[in-house]
Amino acid sequence: MTAEHTEGWQGLELMRGSLDHCVKCTICETACPVAAVTPLFPGPKYVGPQAERFRTHEPSVDSSLDYCSSCGICTLSCPQGVHVAEINSQARAAMKKQRGIPLRDQLIARSGLEGKLGTPVAPLANLVLGNSLVRALTERTIGIHRDAPLPKFAGRTFQGWARRRPPSETTTDKVVYFHGCSTNYFEPGLGRMTVAVLEHNGFSVVVPPQDCCGLPLQSNGIFDTARSYVRRLVAHLVPYARQGYKIVATSTSCGLMLKREAIEILGVADDDLRLVSEHTYDICEFLADLAADGRLRTDFRPVPLKITYHAPCQQQGHNIGKPALDLFDLVPGLTVVELDRACCGIAGTYGLKREKYDIAMQVGSGLFADIVGANPDLSICDSETCRWQITHGTGKTSAHPVEILHRAYGL
Amino acid sequence: MTETRHADVVVLGAGLAGLTAAVRLAEAGLKVVTVAKGLGSLRLAPATIDILGYAPQRVDSPTASLPGFVAAHPQHPYSLVSAQVLAASVSWLKDHVDGYSYVGEPSTNMLLPTAIGVPRPSAVVPKTMVGGDIRDLSTVAVAGLRVLKDFHPALAAENLQAAAAAAGLSLQVRPVMLDVPVDGEVDVGTLALARHFSDKKFRTAVGAELRRALSDEQAVGVPAVLGLDDVQEVWSQFTEEVGKPVFEIPTIPPSVPGMRLAALLQARFRAAGGRLVLGAQATGPELRDGKLVGVRVAAAARETPRLCRWVVLATGGLASGGIDVDLAGHAAETALGLPVRGPGADQAAFLPSYLADHPIDTIGLTVDANLRPAGPDGEPVYQNLRAAGAIIGGARPWREKSGDGISLSTGYLAAESILQEAR
Ligand SMILES: Cc1cc2nc3c(=O)[nH]c(=O)nc-3n(C[C@H](O)[C@H](O)[C@H](O)COP(=O)(O)OP(=O)(O)OC[C@H]3O[C@@H](n4cnc5c(N)ncnc54)[C@H](O)[C@@H]3O)c2cc1C
Ligand code: SF4
Ligand code: SF4
Repeated sequence: MTAEHTEGWQGLELMRGSLDHCVKCTICETACPVAAVTPLFPGPKYVGPQAERFRTHEPSVDSSLDYCSSCGICTLSCPQGVHVAEINSQARAAMKKQRGIPLRDQLIARSGLEGKLGTPVAPLANLVLGNSLVRALTERTIGIHRDAPLPKFAGRTFQGWARRRPPSETTTDKVVYFHGCSTNYFEPGLGRMTVAVLEHNGFSVVVPPQDCCGLPLQSNGIFDTARSYVRRLVAHLVPYARQGYKIVATSTSCGLMLKREAIEILGVADDDLRLVSEHTYDICEFLADLAADGRLRTDFRPVPLKITYHAPCQQQGHNIGKPALDLFDLVPGLTVVELDRACCGIAGTYGLKREKYDIAMQVGSGLFADIVGANPDLSICDSETCRWQITHGTGKTSAHPVEILHRAYGL
Repeated sequence: MTETRHADVVVLGAGLAGLTAAVRLAEAGLKVVTVAKGLGSLRLAPATIDILGYAPQRVDSPTASLPGFVAAHPQHPYSLVSAQVLAASVSWLKDHVDGYSYVGEPSTNMLLPTAIGVPRPSAVVPKTMVGGDIRDLSTVAVAGLRVLKDFHPALAAENLQAAAAAAGLSLQVRPVMLDVPVDGEVDVGTLALARHFSDKKFRTAVGAELRRALSDEQAVGVPAVLGLDDVQEVWSQFTEEVGKPVFEIPTIPPSVPGMRLAALLQARFRAAGGRLVLGAQATGPELRDGKLVGVRVAAAARETPRLCRWVVLATGGLASGGIDVDLAGHAAETALGLPVRGPGADQAAFLPSYLADHPIDTIGLTVDANLRPAGPDGEPVYQNLRAAGAIIGGARPWREKSGDGISLSTGYLAAESILQEAR
């Protein structure tokens, strides 16, 4: 057992131990969106519980594992409780450690750093990244596909706005907002809407300083750094968790990192993390719980829009169903088309990669066709990278569920 | 303060029993949330509704045999299902899967070949399989694709011919092996093939090859891989291509017919406003003053109660995790901690012969006439709880060929019983 294994040991054993529950029923195979579109990936049962038995400290001869997108749908579908996706993520990290992590993966895994560098020079950065020649070069040199959807820098951070904003009216109900990198650097408007919706419901909203949760690092197999990132974030959040405040996240994948993945995939064994984890809620989960308790304000104005709703794979990983739909039910005038597709393909940074871009687009093709077919005014989705991918694949504007509530409240 | 409630009904489990109950309840206007640890065993099963195949002799008419069967097995779940309910549940299913037509009636078993050529008594089956009823055939071919290594026409043909002869039927069966390459695939399973069959070019090529290989057979059986949600179109076009009736033979998992049925029922549930919570395990009852007011559900990071008026427990049997038996033989019902009727801890784990009847076969819950799980005293544990499907004890589905018939009819009945209270 290596030093790295000692730190991650708990998560590793927890997940790996589940492979003995595999009865080879192939239910996960019927659900995997990647295996459905490419023969390069033999599927979750094979790559997960089956191949894991043969993985030792020797480098593996089988690279197909790298094509797993970590969407987590196999884990969701398995009736026997095998943590297929988690096993795959851990094994991929070990494989990359043995083989070396490409520069490209090192770069795209640092969204916080990119945000910090790009924000002050946003117009220039957007111009450069929007240039097709630059994109072609980046594809050739680094391996980020030239057509892959990249966000635009907003130029102003959400943190900057949050610091300048007048404090919420003091109420006894306090809630902590974990906004994540994408809201901070790319979509600060979502952050402002979230604060407004929460304040409208009588909460005073705390926005602690915060950095990247480490999720992109984790999904690129850079576990050591990912662990230190998530610890740093936990240090910012834990004082509030200790006081019993709930932490709400609008980035559904980063919220899941705190709830589950840091423990189950990175194997961070840490009481502070557990405490933060127990107090973390996806924003729609939080609001739908309020609604079920009769505590959500329902002074909604009609929103005469047709929307499609796609629950991204990472949102499904919370095991909470689709609370966004319960919220939409409360908004008069809204026409909602629930989409039934497991994944848009992007899976964080997977679909950005030159060798995986086409697979990701094919995974998403069913979803794109459904959205184009429904022809909505807005296509709604909880995850930012998925929204960018959906817009890329459909040409339609995509927004977070909170945006609908914000409109309905007339804020 | 308003009373907190997340749904009218929480259904536990997304197999045939859970989905049947959930769709019915949601279509009746109740707010239904289905909570499932994983996808149900429909995706492994042939998607035929086998009602009663052996009792223990082969059954020709389930409806004719059931009264005697139930009299001999008073603890069997079918003892709670009347002929009317059975018939109603079958027509309900037919109405609800119009994208994948089902034919047949509980009154008659067909005899359909399995992938190893055993004639299987089945009452209600997808239209794509009916042509394989060997009672109506005298010459038939069984065709496989060489790329699909889990389907052996020679084995199926030989067994089927022998079994037909033993059953007094005169049937000629000829195996056919097709060599149609599949681009880029190293290891082709049933699901990958079904996706290839959705491609017109591929199925035209296979169809042409098969047409050449056939001679004067009345019909030809192929592995059940003729498309997924597009099965009607794929099947009829492929049949045209082949120029003879083509029927599907269920395969080992993953079962393409099972996926079709599961997808249709799930779509029905969604269309009726039902909500599915996947990857979430029920871990216990939520009680107020001893009354069941919901279910505790383990999700990421925490366990939370899902509050509701009624609960339907359709978590499947031992194989699906609805019941757990530890090494010492102690049995537990995993979702709500209900009393289990089983062999008991003193029962020998192993029997002298591999295929002997083991008492664990019939492990499950005892339920009352309204499918309410009952304690040892026969009294319902909770008034507002119903059980459906393989979690109910007393059956030996794989011997009787009764699994999906029990799941469908008890899922239907559980919903019926709740709807009567709701009205
Ligand atoms: C390989 C195979 C072949 C079969 N062949 C036939 C056949 O030829 N003919 C036939 O009629 N039938 C067949 N069957 C069907 C079988 O006999 C079952 O009786 C029937 O499908 C059971 O349905 P169910 O809905 O009760 O349970 P299942 O389909 O097993 O569903 C159980 C559900 O409950 C969930 N669950 C379990 N525990 C929990 C928990 N604690 N909390 C939340 N969710 C939970 C599971 O994840 C799943 O969604 C076959 C089944 C299999 C697996
Ligand atoms: S669904 Fe679970 S038990 Fe079935 S093959 Fe996949 S990992 Fe194994
Ligand atoms: S995580 Fe997603 S891509 Fe990877 S094996 Fe599981 S279902 Fe397939």
